[in-house]
Amino acid sequence: MNLTRHHGGTIILLTFAAAMLLTIIPLSDDFRTLRPDWVALTLIFWCLALPYRVSVGSGFIAGLFLDVLTGTLLGQHALSLSLVAYFCVRLHQRIRIYPMWQQALTVLILLILHQLLTLWVDSTIGRPAHPPSYWLPSLIGAALWPLVYRLMTALRVNFSVQ
Amino acid sequence: MLVYPLQWLVDLPRSTSEWFRESLATRRELQEENASLRTQQLVLNTQLQKLEALEAENRRLRALLDSSFQVGKRPMLIAGLLSVDMDPYRHQIELNKGTLDHLFKGQPLLDSQGVMGQLIHVGPFTSTAMLITDPSHAIPVQVNRNGLRTIALGTGSIDRLELPHIPDNADIRVGDLLVTSGLGGRFPPGYPVAEVNGVEQDPGRAFSRVTARPRALLDRSREVLVVWPPELEGPPRPPPSTADQTGNSDT
Repeated sequence: MNLTRHHGGTIILLTFAAAMLLTIIPLSDDFRTLRPDWVALTLIFWCLALPYRVSVGSGFIAGLFLDVLTGTLLGQHALSLSLVAYFCVRLHQRIRIYPMWQQALTVLILLILHQLLTLWVDSTIGRPAHPPSYWLPSLIGAALWPLVYRLMTALRVNFSVQ
Repeated sequence: MLVYPLQWLVDLPRSTSEWFRESLATRRELQEENASLRTQQLVLNTQLQKLEALEAENRRLRALLDSSFQVGKRPMLIAGLLSVDMDPYRHQIELNKGTLDHLFKGQPLLDSQGVMGQLIHVGPFTSTAMLITDPSHAIPVQVNRNGLRTIALGTGSIDRLELPHIPDNADIRVGDLLVTSGLGGRFPPGYPVAEVNGVEQDPGRAFSRVTARPRALLDRSREVLVVWPPELEGPPRPPPSTADQTGNSDT
């Protein structure tokens, strides 16, 4: 694989930056806990689209940024996002050919895995249990997946990121 | 520091709208505000006179009792909140001041009503503070009425603190004001923290369940005060004034 084939690295970075902006943009208290994990969704998309460019390492770095931005334990999101990236890259050939609803289901499982790992770290360091609504962001994220997928594919085609 | 541009960008709409509001305020509005501030200042000044007299009296009485208690003025700095959201299950806020303004880790945070929390991470331009209601926060307090010492734990809900391990026969009741005791060395003594709003005695338990409501407007303040320990702290003779020495060496 030669370097000339790589295109549009800035677009990938910009999508991650936009996802992080959406993660910290202030919402009213009613909606704060419902915010889908934009960074995880972005990571899953790029892992499916370009598994040879975006994978575990990118997930780790994005996770570190997310930890600093949201004030969680440093490395918590890095761990869960790198695992999500790993499974995503591992299964990308299979997930790519799924119909959209099945893809959304797979994304749901990946998002839940991400939240589960975060929860696991949280309870290990002695945070109190979360309410059941803690899991809603995963459902919302999976429901938004078709939209995210179309949008990002359009971006990708438009700027010929490869 | 790497994430500062992102935070700045998210905060931008709010700061620009605030700037616009300030620069486009009408003359009449300014006059009205001026008048109301003037009356407020008058009221506060009157109260301050009383306070100074009380302070002097307090110092005399303390001198009689031979205990050193520093009421001295502490240097303060007003920091603004960045309007960015943190993890919704943690009670943390992001401030727009950092090491460039000589903030340090562990520094106490107040608002006009009471203690808000402490800094847990300080970057060059921004810093992160943990509020007293975060589940992993505890603050040493004292009942203002009788000096009963205890610890107030955060519960994870913004309007509730918990006071564990208070025996059933302790003299504490609804309406008591809790102030910082200064033990532990993080918070300056004597600042209001919370008001007791529930004392529940269950014969089946060893301790009574006491809850309190924070005085500071934790979810409403836009501006917070960051407090420094006074430069000249007395010798570490009585416990209350041993506080704050560790803070200075951290800077």
